[in-house]
Amino acid sequence: MKRSHKSAYLLILPYLLFLSVFMLYPVLFSVWLTFHDWNIISPDIPFVGLENYQRLIGDELFFKSLWNTLRFILVNIPIQITLALLLAVALNQPIKGRGFFRGAYFLPVVTSGVVISFLWAWMLSTDDGIINELLGFFGIAPVPWLTSETWAIPSLAWVAAWKNLGYYVVIFLAGLQGIPKNLYEAARIDGAGSLQQFFRITLPMLNPAMLLVVILSTINGFQLFTEPFIMTGGGPANSSLSVVMYIYKNAFQNLDMGYAATIGLVLAFMILAASLIQKKFLERDTYY
Amino acid sequence: MTAKGWSALRKITLYLILTAGAVLFIFPFYWMVLASVKTPKEVFELNLIPSKVTEASYAYMFERIPVWESLLNSFVFAGGVTLITLVFTSMAGYALARLEFRGRNLLFSTVLLTMMIPFQLLMIPLYIIVVKLGWLNTYAGLVMPVSVNALGIFIFRQFFLTIPQDLIDAARMDGAGELRILFRIVLPLSKPAAVTVTIFTFMGPWNDLLWPLLVARDQEMMPLAQAATLFGLEGQGGQWGSIMAVTTILALPVVLLYLFFQRYFIESVGSSGMKG
Repeated sequence: MKRSHKSAYLLILPYLLFLSVFMLYPVLFSVWLTFHDWNIISPDIPFVGLENYQRLIGDELFFKSLWNTLRFILVNIPIQITLALLLAVALNQPIKGRGFFRGAYFLPVVTSGVVISFLWAWMLSTDDGIINELLGFFGIAPVPWLTSETWAIPSLAWVAAWKNLGYYVVIFLAGLQGIPKNLYEAARIDGAGSLQQFFRITLPMLNPAMLLVVILSTINGFQLFTEPFIMTGGGPANSSLSVVMYIYKNAFQNLDMGYAATIGLVLAFMILAASLIQKKFLERDTYY
Repeated sequence: MTAKGWSALRKITLYLILTAGAVLFIFPFYWMVLASVKTPKEVFELNLIPSKVTEASYAYMFERIPVWESLLNSFVFAGGVTLITLVFTSMAGYALARLEFRGRNLLFSTVLLTMMIPFQLLMIPLYIIVVKLGWLNTYAGLVMPVSVNALGIFIFRQFFLTIPQDLIDAARMDGAGELRILFRIVLPLSKPAAVTVTIFTFMGPWNDLLWPLLVARDQEMMPLAQAATLFGLEGQGGQWGSIMAVTTILALPVVLLYLFFQRYFIESVGSSGMKG
């Protein structure tokens, strides 16, 4: 094995180069930027200390975008888990056409967020949308799904859930198939009904899959951009402005690179913290 | 009710749920394609079969967007990222799986760590790097900065671990270098891994909006996802037919790919989700 040393370095060199230039260096650059004020054009880049951070703490719009993002996550996750679990449990029964159903649920996952945002923007449109027309048959007045401060975030959360659901169905299905069959047999012998089996065996055994789904959707939620960018433009009255949209605005409309980088860094830490907290919280649940 | 009756009822409920799910996920796509071929007036009606199929919406779209150019840009963007990823991550994955070298564990944990870095942290420095290199509105600017991919390394490494050592030893005996062994022997035996990496790498840039928004400012450099977005957002009030036409075109290549390689798409979720 010893002879392969040199060629190993040759083999990792290109990747290492890309990793350093386009990943490790940008991370350091990002941290450096948070202590500077720069509009990308000007040749001098004054050091401003913690000014960007102080500004962040007092920035109402930042907190609004953060709150919007959290609301999005809080609506998105329960929809996603309930529906994905329902479909995964149904798919896990001895049925015909499993491949077709699973394939159908997965279709939006591979489709561009751009396609899905425009498609749902149209279906949810207040005056021309099919959803409101269908609701009209039941005598429900048109709902301003994307143009009211109340409904904008829940609508986006639904669209994102619809897009990603198939992904989580696959994860839950893999989890379900990993549950030993003899657990159910033992429960049946003890006289447990289907519901009892679901809550006493299936759900607890699915904890790792559940953890994964919650973490992935939280990370996904913090990165929300395409849906509000296309469907609401962040409005009305910034009620669906996401953190990433706010970074985008600061960097590329206000040319405020230092401040945008500061929000980006804070966001990265929040994503990291959320994953760690959820991991800890949900893992503890496994051992009761 | 008899036991048999219960089990029949159970079956019916099961298929009802599954079918409702399939309708929920497939119908909107049908609705989209339908709108793109309906007459402008019919677009707003609820009929599920158009009284007349027309290409008017497509014609309008072609008038307003350089569709072929944008498709070409999408192919170069997604294809370029995929090619770089395939070559570089298979090389690194092979070194990590089959060769001893100092710093191997450090490299592997670094790759692991990079999976935790969200793109939103990188996008501003990356944009500045692109500007400083003079790469705005170039394919290099679109492709290079987003071609670092940890998942490819994982999938290749995992697969390469299963290749029999005898094959590698025999090739070494014949005097083949490691690069030759990788590209002539190991990679041809790793088609499933290569297809999986190709698929999920290609999908990312093809579907992406944020990165092109930053670096492709001229219309002639825009990938279709971005061109479609700008077209849809610039006040196409009521032109839903044409917007659905461009999103149909945008969705088509990936959906076709998906229909042919479904297994790999779903496996790529398995590998990204469960091992990540």
